[in-house]
Amino acid sequence: MIDKTVPTVAAAIEDIPDGATIMIGGFGRAGQPVELIDALIAHGAKNLTIVNNNAGNGDTGLAALLANKQVRKIVCSFPRQSDSWVFDGLYRAGEIELELVPQGNLAERIRAAGAGIGAFFSPTGVGTQLAEGKEEREIDGRRYVLEYPIKADFALISALRADRWGNLVYRETARNFGPIMASAATTTIAQVDEVVALGSLDPEAVVTPGIFVDRVVAVGQRPWLRDGEFVGGVDIEGRPLASDNDAEKEDAA
Amino acid sequence: MNTRISRDELAQRIAADIPEGAYVNLGIGAPTLVANFLPADLEIILHTENGLLGMGPAPESGRIDPDLINAGKQPVTALAGAAYFHHADSFGMMRGGHLDVCVLGAFQVGQNGDLANWSTGAPGAIPAVGGAMDLAIGAKDVYVMTDLLTKQGESKLVESCTYPLTGVGCVSRVYTDHAIFDVTPDGFAVREAFGDNTLESLAELTGLTLVAR
Repeated sequence: MIDKTVPTVAAAIEDIPDGATIMIGGFGRAGQPVELIDALIAHGAKNLTIVNNNAGNGDTGLAALLANKQVRKIVCSFPRQSDSWVFDGLYRAGEIELELVPQGNLAERIRAAGAGIGAFFSPTGVGTQLAEGKEEREIDGRRYVLEYPIKADFALISALRADRWGNLVYRETARNFGPIMASAATTTIAQVDEVVALGSLDPEAVVTPGIFVDRVVAVGQRPWLRDGEFVGGVDIEGRPLASDNDAEKEDAA
Repeated sequence: MNTRISRDELAQRIAADIPEGAYVNLGIGAPTLVANFLPADLEIILHTENGLLGMGPAPESGRIDPDLINAGKQPVTALAGAAYFHHADSFGMMRGGHLDVCVLGAFQVGQNGDLANWSTGAPGAIPAVGGAMDLAIGAKDVYVMTDLLTKQGESKLVESCTYPLTGVGCVSRVYTDHAIFDVTPDGFAVREAFGDNTLESLAELTGLTLVAR
């Protein structure tokens, strides 16, 4: 019997060694594997290379991993945000290396790694600083730059539901990097709201087939869903709306 | 003299040029205003590069869904007929030439259609590019929405970009607060001048030789 479920997030990530390259899914809060990142912080693996679209924001999740001095290098497209003070400080202090990659090239390099492509020519970035030193070729009158795959030792991703074979379905734009990162890592670990019985995911609707997934761990339903239905009542970071409580207090008064 | 239209008026003017059935990406910042002026009776499909076609307006208060956001990481809604997809598919839609129109901001646009909008190259600045370079080369038509002049009064339309490039020869049209310019093999052509702006006054503001349309 195949059973990829793991009982806890700590058990799911316990074999990540120092020096590992780790893809972390998510775009902003959407699709960020928050519980797995927290487990990685508790675990303490150091000298990591992280692949993510951003370089963390606020003081939680990826930013907390950076603040804990566990990351040597980050590969991303958009490190600078209004609240990326943790990365900003480390970068200015020379304590973290940055490889800046246009977002579409980042996605395609990850996809290429998962699909066994040796390298590919992309029109994105041609004639810019980010293509300096890269091989260029003109094909059918258009200029392209040679880009290499990005693969990883581990991928930490978040999905809505899994079965014990590791089939995954996502929710809305939280899908973002999940499917491609799942394919590009030696070991892919997915946190999900719930693990459902084999056969209860519609095969027509499975987005990431289990062949790309090694471990799944259930972390409980996201706060803005109840019995699988959207109920709202949270802010963009998923925190309960304070104004709701205020309104209720006013109602009570 | 030198009439300037407002951001909202400019957004409305751009929206009027987008035909029914178009697949459109609106860049972060001022270009997102264009969505407010797309006629409700026309089916124009908005793409957001984090993975949604058929993006709708912001949700009502209390109905924010952290799983449903746009490229600016703001809450949005999904219209009837919407579709979700992963990042590689999303950027394939751009790179593969499937998007009809993309509207972007700019620091500078060169008269050869070069775009600079991701970095001022200032020393010590932390570089961040996001999807700017993919968008610049991806859509069939790349429209720039910008003020004609910087706050210091310098023209953003230039003979040749001095800021780091986002894309080479990629811009098709520039919508500014003074006038609309097309990028042509002979340089910028004045497609429409607002108010009392003229070819001559625009040439003086930009310091460029402009082409009449």
